[in-house]
Amino acid sequence: MPQGADTDQPDAGHRAPSFGSTGRYVGAAVPRREDPRLVTGRGRFLDDIAVPGMLHAQFVRSTIAHARLLEVDLTAVRALPGVVAAYSAADLALGDITALLDRPLEEFVPTPMPVLSGAPQADGSLGKVRFVGEPLAIVVAADPYLVEDALELARVRYEALPAITSAEGAMAQGAALVHDEAPGNVLVDVSMFATEGIDEVFSDAHTVVEVRSSTGRQNALPLETRGALAEWDERAGQLVLDTCTQVPHQVRTVTAGCLGLAERQVRVRVPDMGGGFGIKCVVGREEIAVAAAAQRLRRPVKWIEDRKDALTASFLAREQQYVARAAFDREGHVLALDADVVCDMGAYSCYPFTAAIEPLMASGEMPSVYRVPAYRVRGRSITSNKAPTAPYRGVSRPQYVMVMERLMERAARVLDLDPVEVRRRNVITTFPYTGVNHITYDPGSYLESLDLAEQTVRDEGWYDVQAAARAEGRFVGIGYSCFSERTGYGSGAFAKRRMKVVPGFDISEIRMDLSGTVTVTTGTQSHGQGHETTMAQIVADKLKLDVADVRVEQGDTDRVLYGWGSFASRSAVIGGSAVGAAAGKLEVKLRELAAHLLGTRPEVLELRDGGVRPIPHAGDGVPPEGLSFTQLADVAYLKSHLLAKETDPGLSAVASFDVAGDGTFSNATHACVVELDPGTGGTRILRYVCVEDCGVAINPPIVEGQARGGIAQGIAGALFEQVSYDANGEPSCASFLDYKVPTAWETPDVLIKHLETPCLFTETGAKGAGEGGTIGAPAAVLNAVNDALRPTGVELDDTPIRPEVVHRSLQVTRSAAHGSAA
Amino acid sequence: MSERQLVTLTVNGVEHELLVEPRRTLVDALRHDLRLTGTHVGCEHGVCGACTVLVDGLPARACLMFAVQAEGREISTVESLSPDGRLNDLQQSFVDHHGLQCGFCTPGMLMLAEGLLAERPAAGREEIREVVAANLCRCTGYQSIVDAVEACARARCPQEERS
Ligand code: FES
Ligand code: FES
Repeated sequence: MPQGADTDQPDAGHRAPSFGSTGRYVGAAVPRREDPRLVTGRGRFLDDIAVPGMLHAQFVRSTIAHARLLEVDLTAVRALPGVVAAYSAADLALGDITALLDRPLEEFVPTPMPVLSGAPQADGSLGKVRFVGEPLAIVVAADPYLVEDALELARVRYEALPAITSAEGAMAQGAALVHDEAPGNVLVDVSMFATEGIDEVFSDAHTVVEVRSSTGRQNALPLETRGALAEWDERAGQLVLDTCTQVPHQVRTVTAGCLGLAERQVRVRVPDMGGGFGIKCVVGREEIAVAAAAQRLRRPVKWIEDRKDALTASFLAREQQYVARAAFDREGHVLALDADVVCDMGAYSCYPFTAAIEPLMASGEMPSVYRVPAYRVRGRSITSNKAPTAPYRGVSRPQYVMVMERLMERAARVLDLDPVEVRRRNVITTFPYTGVNHITYDPGSYLESLDLAEQTVRDEGWYDVQAAARAEGRFVGIGYSCFSERTGYGSGAFAKRRMKVVPGFDISEIRMDLSGTVTVTTGTQSHGQGHETTMAQIVADKLKLDVADVRVEQGDTDRVLYGWGSFASRSAVIGGSAVGAAAGKLEVKLRELAAHLLGTRPEVLELRDGGVRPIPHAGDGVPPEGLSFTQLADVAYLKSHLLAKETDPGLSAVASFDVAGDGTFSNATHACVVELDPGTGGTRILRYVCVEDCGVAINPPIVEGQARGGIAQGIAGALFEQVSYDANGEPSCASFLDYKVPTAWETPDVLIKHLETPCLFTETGAKGAGEGGTIGAPAAVLNAVNDALRPTGVELDDTPIRPEVVHRSLQVTRSAAHGSAA
Repeated sequence: MSERQLVTLTVNGVEHELLVEPRRTLVDALRHDLRLTGTHVGCEHGVCGACTVLVDGLPARACLMFAVQAEGREISTVESLSPDGRLNDLQQSFVDHHGLQCGFCTPGMLMLAEGLLAERPAAGREEIREVVAANLCRCTGYQSIVDAVEACARARCPQEERS
């Protein structure tokens, strides 16, 4: 059973949590060790690094969305004094970045992404460009301002082709092909489930409701743009690539592959990162081109993406369309779900996830927290002349949760039931639960979170506020979203998707030094989440060390054995379990060593207060002080002649962790209260409540920060952000003036309440917490807006919710109301 | 290339002479010429506020100013807040309230808040929120930043001194 604990705002951040304590540190609000350097300006982000002789690079990019390339002429660029080099695709001759699935061509068409476009093809042509911003050449100069001047001297000739800028356009008869290999511009077409007899269920059902929904193309938008600094290290015989990536080892693999180097010849290091949210969990083209330029020039080359390129030419996400139907019985029990999902993945598949990441996520998990007996789904990705997509925080879940929650609300309306009650009748309540989608859900608090969210809204009087507002002719609405989030996808779960490159495990190495303190490596990659702190908490508890005596090492492919980085809320679940397992192995070694030196058995010893001590009352006549870690390390390193014959010198251990089954599901219910402005059509959020359950919170303020930050991004998608393209494939947003990122003014304070259903198989009982906020918010906001619109009879299913649409809905009904009153 | 100019910048109380192109922005001069990399760059368009510094005590976007325009002005960057390495009360408040995640926006937020608290020490929560809204943060959802600034404001200007 989940246990409840509230941390109320605004002082939640530093209140001692009343839950989840499995040790001295896990469950405690341990101050983040990242903070002192970051608040003093002493962090080291990529652009803070400067090395002697460093050159600066930028890219000549396509200005046309879809065209045959006729010529990339860099003569004038190279002639500009101060330009050190300018390389086109033909000059560098690099391998492509190719992400693959183990699926037949009918289901998946690979789209190799060149590092630079314009390489001479077999037929003598230069191939095509496929989106505005596609890199064609890298220009290197000593001065970063001069590089920008130089870019303007590039002469690129194109033969324009019709641009594909929408899913409808892509799939229309006779549409131009973005990739000749992909007929109908379809890259992915997978029908994952089709319950037998589902059509009869629909035709016999009491009620069938439909939702057609589309979501806008978004930018994950870390405040720090992408970037890279590469240098060939003669002494190490290595290309050293500093880059802000969530997946350093995968960058190493692709860099080595594209440059024709062995993996040992590439070292990827990650400095402090200014956010990622998924855009940095794929391998970009620019960092490879920078590496290639540095290798050629034998000089350090740095590239910092400018905001315009970050907005238009990096990786985007989220543009999806759903046609979904659900069958219900008279009491509001869902009987069947049928969905058709189309995702506009842009110009290329991203590495390693491919253009299938969004449709496969949606197809696999759409039934969400509900007991859906029959399910049919078709998931497609189409390719278009837009910047490619990467798995942005939540990946499809914000969208399918929104569609599921709309279906619940619509059914409630048709059946004249309370929408929360309809959810209550359908949520999974007994665990483990194996769904129609063949996923087994571990225990969660779906119903409890729903009840608590509703109760909170009721207790705070928002239903009364709404009633009073309606009586005055104001438009106040209350909306909910109830959802779960699979976290910690192990290799089994990714293998089910038939990825050729199968992420999953994490492996950690731990070393105790002569000071009796430890360094532990993690293959996960913090980009703002505070892993240096949380991983240290886990290890400190395991080894009964002061948390200050644990150093966490990440983000260096030479120092970290291997890793899959951080995405899909995997770090606490998988990375945290791996550091815990490594610490566990070291614990055994320490006890064995102490037992040998004390002439006793390891079983009567335990770790306590910075040493190995006899368990009280275990007897055996061991001196009560046992041996301190420094005494043990002294023997392990400096007096190895005292070790048992079969014992290796030193104090280190390696352990890995993978998730055997279907992972672990965090869950939450969000509730949102909005008021619509009939004058502007604007949506103002009056209250936001989040009841979340991510198992044991290792560091509660960090978990709450993830929830609040995630909710802010979800609200951004619901109300504000969209990258749109004109008919020629020209993106609309070149700056923050056109891409509206919410500020503190548009972002509400969030009341967070915690439930705790511990994960049964992780080291700490923790489930992932990175994405839930973003997943739940769009549905809650959209449902609240629809509830506010109830007197008008209008229902909206698309995001972002445009003020002009809300305005029109309100005006129409106002005049209608006037008409009927007259 | 345009002619370089000699400019004298007073940054965190120290005078520096720099030879810069007229188009060199103040933020680039601070970060890359003076190696004060605490001030960050998020857009170069004057929108995100990651580059916020104090110029003569008032918050300014260092990406929108040229270094030559800062001649004779007093510039303060995040590095000025903890000269002896100890966090000042505002920095500590950000730590205590989890007012940062990746920390990329943080120096700009700190300088923005220092500017506000110097000018309007009795600022209330909504006023603080309005000022924080000048800068972007992609990680926190802002609530903890507003909390941090508010707590610091209350400590610096106790209730009885508020009008
Ligand atoms: S970098 Fe100056 S406002 Fe964004
Ligand atoms: S803490 Fe990451 S942008 Fe504010």
